[in-house]
Amino acid sequence: MSAITDAALQAAPADKARGYWTTVGRRISRDKVSMACAVILALIFLSAVLAPWLGLADPYQGSMIHRLRHIATPGYPLGSDELGRDMLARLVYGGRLSLIIGILPVILGFLIGTSLGLIAGYAGGKVNTAIMRTVDVFYAFPSVLLAIAISGALGAGIVNSIVSLTIVFVPQITRVAESVTTGVRNMDFVEAARASGAGPFTIMRVHMLGNVLGPIFVYATGLISVSMILAAGLSFLGLGTKPPEPEWGLMLNTLRTAIYVNPWVAALPGVMIFAVSICFNLLSDGMRGAMDIRN
Amino acid sequence: MLVYIARRIVYVIPIVLSVALVCFMLVHITPGDPLVAILPADASQELANQMRAAYGFDRPLPVQFWLWLWKALNGDLGHSIATGRPVLTEVLRAVGNTVTLAIAAAIIGFTLGLFFGLIAGYFRGTWIDRVATSIAIAGVSVPHYWLGMVLVIIFSVELNWLPAVGAGPGGSSAWGWDWDHIRYLILPAVTTSVIPMGIVTRTVRSLTGDILSQDFVEALRAKGLRETHVFRHVLKNAAPTALAVMGLQLGYMLGGSILIETVFSWPGSGLLLNSAIFQRDLPLLQGTILVLALFFVFLNLIVDVVQAAIDPRIKRT
Repeated sequence: MSAITDAALQAAPADKARGYWTTVGRRISRDKVSMACAVILALIFLSAVLAPWLGLADPYQGSMIHRLRHIATPGYPLGSDELGRDMLARLVYGGRLSLIIGILPVILGFLIGTSLGLIAGYAGGKVNTAIMRTVDVFYAFPSVLLAIAISGALGAGIVNSIVSLTIVFVPQITRVAESVTTGVRNMDFVEAARASGAGPFTIMRVHMLGNVLGPIFVYATGLISVSMILAAGLSFLGLGTKPPEPEWGLMLNTLRTAIYVNPWVAALPGVMIFAVSICFNLLSDGMRGAMDIRN
Repeated sequence: MLVYIARRIVYVIPIVLSVALVCFMLVHITPGDPLVAILPADASQELANQMRAAYGFDRPLPVQFWLWLWKALNGDLGHSIATGRPVLTEVLRAVGNTVTLAIAAAIIGFTLGLFFGLIAGYFRGTWIDRVATSIAIAGVSVPHYWLGMVLVIIFSVELNWLPAVGAGPGGSSAWGWDWDHIRYLILPAVTTSVIPMGIVTRTVRSLTGDILSQDFVEALRAKGLRETHVFRHVLKNAAPTALAVMGLQLGYMLGGSILIETVFSWPGSGLLLNSAIFQRDLPLLQGTILVLALFFVFLNLIVDVVQAAIDPRIKRT
């Protein structure tokens, strides 16, 4: 008897959860703007991954006599940069590093921030105070300043730029995770799990994680847009990627000197950053709308 | 009210101390010795030790921190390694230019943001809403340093209407509110204003929407109030939150100006920070970040106090 009830109890929330996510999925697939953004992002991702097989020019091979060609020059569909390298190839290859340094900090921040927030929200008391007051300190810095301060102190480099951006996002995600967890902590089903003898780790992993992950995930998706802009910004300042690596922020920096010769080629890498950033923003908005079942 | 202000001020003290600690630690997270960057590569061990003692780097970290903090409290942030001038003098002169830029950008960004946000919230679901929301989302998604470049390409390179870089005649020290100077301010200020414009639009739009869906608005209309008067009630209800968001945005503009100041060679704190980073001028780096972060902390304090003062719903005891 009790075994049957247990099985039924365990199955019930799982079914319901699947139902919720199916609903969200269906709602978002009907949203034209979100779908368009998803397609654009998928194309940019795929072309970055498949870059070596797309039959593009060598992104590192320069040519002193073909410098700063205009857009739609034969052989150079999007022109060439200040060292005569093919812009189309560099923009496509540039997606590889740009997307990694833009998205990885949010993923790391999501993992660390969710764990910290979950612990702070579940434990409460002194643990909560210790974690959340530390988080407050990082809120005393504007995020751009904090990222640049840490990267500036650590020195230029891809790893340092990822580390500094992760440090910027961990406090923000921790705060969201903590507030969502605190909201869930006193719900009856958590109390029931505790009464039935589940340990804190099991409660957090099995009973709470599924309930808090959604809002944190949407928040983190919104951060990708900021992260893309900041990561490329660090490279733009010379604190991220080093030449000759193709990366959108760095390309924007090195092409800055060319704006009097070939202005529109110089602006191209920014278009890529803008496209990725706005698509993630719209997708995050779409997800937030789709997950708000009350509407 | 006074009790609230006092409590809020007391709460700032630990924050200021921790901010100082973070700024202090910045120099010490650098790989190796802070002096490595400035010593010539062939410096003798003896010279290195002398320098270390002269800068106090031979003492234990906590001692160094308290000494540094004590000096900082007395307005001594050390001397710039590159120029030899006091850090505080350098920073304060640059911050003035950043404040000029931030205020100009705030006027543009907040005015547009409030306007777009109010009409979008008021005409929710119509084409007006869609246009305003699109502008807002573009504003928060655009890499602003790139937008700066594009504006330079259009207005300086192609049209030759406005200067591309600098802060006008007199350089960094002689700012004046005349056309000779303002024409240098237009492009950087417009560039800086897009993010706050987008964020204020989105905040005000959702605030207006929420307020309009509340029952009291229905009651006001039922009692026969004209729409302009209803609008005034909406404004009154939205003001505290909108003001808090704008205060925070002003802080971000002051502290996060490095990218735009680099694009436009605007001689503010961001450009100073940039040169401090690339010349490995650590005292200047530390001092600039400390001053900017303290600005931000105190701006937050002012926003909280003002918000409590104008919003009767916030408990002031």
